[in-house]
This record gives sequence, structure tokens and C-alpha cells, in this order.
Amino acid sequence: MPGFKTFTGTAAVLDRDNVDTDQIIPKQFLKRVERNGFGKYLFFDWRFNRDGSLNPEFELNRPEAAGAEILLAGDNFGCGSSREHAPWALKDYGFKVIVAPEYADIFYNNSLKNGILVIKLPAETINSMKDRVAAGDQKLTVSLDRQEILSGEEVLASFPFDPYWKEMIQNGWDEISITLKYEDAISRYEEQQQSAKQLQL
Amino acid sequence: MAKTIIDKVWEKHTVMQEDNKPGLLYIDLHLLHEVTSPQAFAGLREKNRPVRRPDLCFATMDHNIPTKNRFVIDDSIALKQIQTLEQNCKEYGIHLEGLESEHQGIVHVIGPELGLTLPGKTIVCGDSHTSTHGAFGALAFGIGTSEVEHVLATQTLWQQKPKQLKVNIEGKRGFGVTAKDIILALIAQYGTNAGAGHVIEFTGETVRSFTMEERMTLCNMSIEAGAKAGLVAPDETTFEYIKGRKYAPQGEQFEEKMKEWSALCSDADAKYDKVIEINAAEVEPMVTWGTNPSMGVGISGNVPSYTNEQTQQEKEALQKALQYMGLNPGQSLTEVPVQHVFIGSCTNSRISDLRAAAKVVKGKKVHGAVQAIVVPGSQQVKVKAEQEGLHLVFQEAGFDWRDSGCSMCLGMNPDIVPEGERCASTSNRNFEGRQGKGARTHLVSPEMAAAAAIEGKFTDVRKFQSGSRDGEQYARI
Repeated sequence: MPGFKTFTGTAAVLDRDNVDTDQIIPKQFLKRVERNGFGKYLFFDWRFNRDGSLNPEFELNRPEAAGAEILLAGDNFGCGSSREHAPWALKDYGFKVIVAPEYADIFYNNSLKNGILVIKLPAETINSMKDRVAAGDQKLTVSLDRQEILSGEEVLASFPFDPYWKEMIQNGWDEISITLKYEDAISRYEEQQQSAKQLQL
Repeated sequence: MAKTIIDKVWEKHTVMQEDNKPGLLYIDLHLLHEVTSPQAFAGLREKNRPVRRPDLCFATMDHNIPTKNRFVIDDSIALKQIQTLEQNCKEYGIHLEGLESEHQGIVHVIGPELGLTLPGKTIVCGDSHTSTHGAFGALAFGIGTSEVEHVLATQTLWQQKPKQLKVNIEGKRGFGVTAKDIILALIAQYGTNAGAGHVIEFTGETVRSFTMEERMTLCNMSIEAGAKAGLVAPDETTFEYIKGRKYAPQGEQFEEKMKEWSALCSDADAKYDKVIEINAAEVEPMVTWGTNPSMGVGISGNVPSYTNEQTQQEKEALQKALQYMGLNPGQSLTEVPVQHVFIGSCTNSRISDLRAAAKVVKGKKVHGAVQAIVVPGSQQVKVKAEQEGLHLVFQEAGFDWRDSGCSMCLGMNPDIVPEGERCASTSNRNFEGRQGKGARTHLVSPEMAAAAAIEGKFTDVRKFQSGSRDGEQYARI
């Protein structure tokens, strides 16, 4: 996976709380066995009308949201089902960064593992960014190095980020390769612990 | 220092812990199903990595299988997913309870049923309702597909230790009030993110009085309160349930284990990050009216109205939910007609759920405007129910009696609710489109679902005088 680099991109607003992963990607698209190609199904029931045409009312279908790479979202984003198809779809659609007050735990982890920068900021801070976007000031710069969101040179917000995940995402590291360096420790644990004995099926 | 049961299980499974980093947590049991595993196996294959402990993995198929003519799968994409799981299990030497197995069922029903779910274990599955297994005092949580791949390759996960929330439930619950109603009431009061970043320990006399199947319903919906997991410290009820199950320790080994499990409880003065107190006596049978599980109310209550206390955003959220659900503010739920009834899912498809629903249904007929189905949680639950004649009670009333699977809970198989129609469902999520595009889901207990099937609208099951589970024993199957 390529590492995260500072970039400037278009921000789009999805002004709803408790957006669940069933909305992000409906169940009929979970039957595929591939990891790619889910972007065209993102927010499917909201994005498309019954006849398959685009729903012009939906936030991401508005002309100003075209090509968006940053999603300004509501509270408890990604709640519900554990489906990793949700971050796969967001990433495939083009989103590199999500900003929300809080995320559901599994979605948050799934996003990090796919290199999506999931930023937590207070609702008021996000609301002022949403206001700027609504006023037509849609270009935001996101720096993970500095842990800042900027508009031009102006710093709009500094965000906290777990140092472990910062390093992982900056470098695009494969977590399994790292863990396999600790194989000896895992083997030692297995020798010591009853719980790691065979299930005896 | 005083420790909680969560601290104890966590420490016992920490392979290593460096400062300012997540800990490496060992996983005792990895449950797999067809929907969230194919990309994980593909990832292993790409990197030529083996499965470290196939003997600690256990697979079944449940999400997309038909519940009618289960061997005829018309959907070629679903069929491919099922075949992919079969091939992966064969190639990597993983035990699979496939469609033809008498032990097949919803993964969160068969884990406990087969004695795989045990106190003190760490259990993961690529499914958010893995929290169900916490009923046994296991630390059980849902993971994504990247984590499934990580566990397959290493039998571990990097985890930040979550915060801890104690939900203490006291008081005698009223007639017709189930574990489902209590967890729905908790979520209605405290919200879908009440447990965000936390593991819940459920304590209190009410929880102690619950059967294992009721504890499973309670822990199952911890995720709907936003928690990573939910658990109940094991006790005599737990040991009695486990004893003699297929893969549980047997004989002397069981006795030895029981001693170990008995020590698995929170110390009296253990500290929690947050505590919530629930009085079970105040809970009545619940119905959700909206598009997330916190949008629920007691059956004697009404759909909420707009008030001055609500923020603009809250008003808009309420309006969106009511518009989707086709309901009016202030409306009584007992006026709302239903077209579908679904009794099933990992929340409420065990034998005690089917018995409770059958008690309400017995001798009555499903309303003419309602299509009702019962989907047992596992093939073993189905067999047991048929031995007791429950299938006849349902069939004579006009219910469809199906094979096991996740079914209409998420509508990945042919069991879906048509657009604009309303379903009284014993499942766990009332999200938009969950049971089908435009489908309107109302979450209820099996007793309430049965009553709605008979009346053709939501109705207070307490009128039926047969909604009580008091003194009911769980089934040994």
C-alpha cells in the first residue's frame, strides 16, 4: 500500500449522524469475493434512483462534490455491520480522508487498515469547515506529518492521531509483516498457555 | 490492584505490550463465514502465507444461504462465495460445518451450541455480532476482513485496551418483558454510541437471573450500543449450559476448567470508566419506530413529536426517519399495521425464543394481511423445535417454517421485505434498507413479533397472557 502524502483536495459534506455501513454499502454487493471495484456501489440506495439514474438531491451527487477526496461526516460514522466493504467502497470511490466527531470502532479500525485517514475533531470544528465548504471554499489540504487540516496557509484544525497508526499509514506498511517479526513471542505464548491448545474438533 | 473480568481476560491473552503501542492479543477461537473471509484468504495466497492455527478456526455458512430449498442457490455470485469458503477451508485445513451439516447454523448460535464458546476465551469473527459470545464471560468482538487475514496469519491482533462500562441491571422485570426489551430500552435511553470505545460488563441480579440464551440476546446487541463487546461473568447457569456440549471439555477436564472459570469475575472494588444503572422493573415490551436501534419506545408509548428542546439537526434526523418509516409524529404504535413478521437472527432464534413465540401463537391464526416466517438459528434448533412440535404450532397458524440462516435480518439471501412494506422483526438492526431497499423494519422480541403476526399490527403481548418466560429453562440440544 502506498504511504499517505500531504495533498490538497476537494471536500464534500455528508451532514447526517449515525451513518451505518448498510448505507455506505448495501448488502447485495457483499457477495463478491474481490477487494476492489466497490466504489460504484458506494451509498447505493442514496445515490441512485430506482431506475438507476443519479439522485440529484444526494449530497455527493451535487456538482460541487465531484471528485471529492475528503469527506466531512457526522457523528458515529460507520456504525453497525463490520463489513470492510464500507472502507473499500469509500477508498475506491476516491476518499482518502474522513473527518467526523466519532466513528464506530470496527469501521475506524477497518479504515486505518486500508490507509484511509480517519480524523476525529469536535463537531463545532467540523461545522465551521462545513460552512466554508458550503460557501464555496472547498479545497482543503491535509497533512498527516503536521497533523493539520489547512485552507491555503491557514490552519483550520490540528488533529490528534495515534502514533502507531501514524507511522503505519505514512509508510503504507503491511501490518502482518510486522507481526510476523514477533513469531517467536507468539510461539512462546502458545507453549505457556492452555488456552492456545488445540480445539480438538 | 482490583481488576475487572475484562482486565483479567485481557492480561491473560497479552502476548506482548510495549509502551505507547497497542498490545498484541492472542486469539483463542476464530469463527469464519462466507461473506467476510474470501478476501482474507486471497490476501494470504497473494503473499504465500500459511494459516498459523487452522485448529483454532471454525467455519460455517450462514449469511447468504437460502432458507427454502437450501441446496438450490440461484444467485451465481452467492454460490461462488459459498464455494470459495468450501475451497478455502479444504485448502487450509479448517473445520467447516457446511450446508449439508446437521450442525450448520448462524455462527453466533452454533458456537455456544457446540461448546466452542467458553468462559475466558478471546473470540473473534468477521461479524459485528460476535459480541454474542460474551454471554459466557468470553471477550468476543467483531473484526473486519483485514483483521481476519491478520488472525489467520498470526493468531493475534494488535489492540488498544478499550475502556470499560458497567451496565448494572437490577429489579424484577414485568410480565412479557424479555432480554431483548431490556437491551432495546438501554439503547433507546443512552443512544447508539453509549458504549463507543468501551467493552460492557453486564452485572446485577436481573442478569444473574437470565438464562444463557437471554444473556446471549443481551450481549448480542452490545454492538448496537456502540460497544466493542459485551460480557457477563460466568456462573452456575453458564457451567450448566456448557456441560456435555460436543466440543466442551468433558469429565475431569470439565471439573478442572470449572474451577478456573469460577475465578473469572470482577473484583468487588474494581473500577470502571463509566457505570449505567438500569431498573428492569421500569421496562415494558419495546418497539423501534425509526431507522436506528435507539429510536425505540415502550409499546404503550407513541412515536416522538417535534419539541422545542430538539436541535435543528435532531429535528431533521427525526423527520428523515419518520419519512422513511412512513409514520407520523405522536402516532400510537398500536395503530401501525405490519405486512411481514420475521422470527429469527443471531439475536432471537434460539429454542427458548421459538418456544416463547409459539406460546403466543398456539391455537391462533396469522392475520390475513401478514406474511410470517420462522427461521431457526441452527439446524439443531430446528430439530429440537420439531421434536417439541413447535413447527406444527407455527405452520397451523400460517407461519412459514424454514431452514437456518441469517435470512431476513439482512436480506442477503432471497428473504427480503419489499419496498414500503413493514416488518416486525426479532433481528437487531432497523437501518434503512437493511431488510430490502425501502423496507421498514421494527425491532421487537419474539413474543411481540408473534403477537403482531396474529393481530396484523403492533400490539401489547401482555394482553395474550402467555408472554412470560419466568422459570423457563434453556434447552439442552
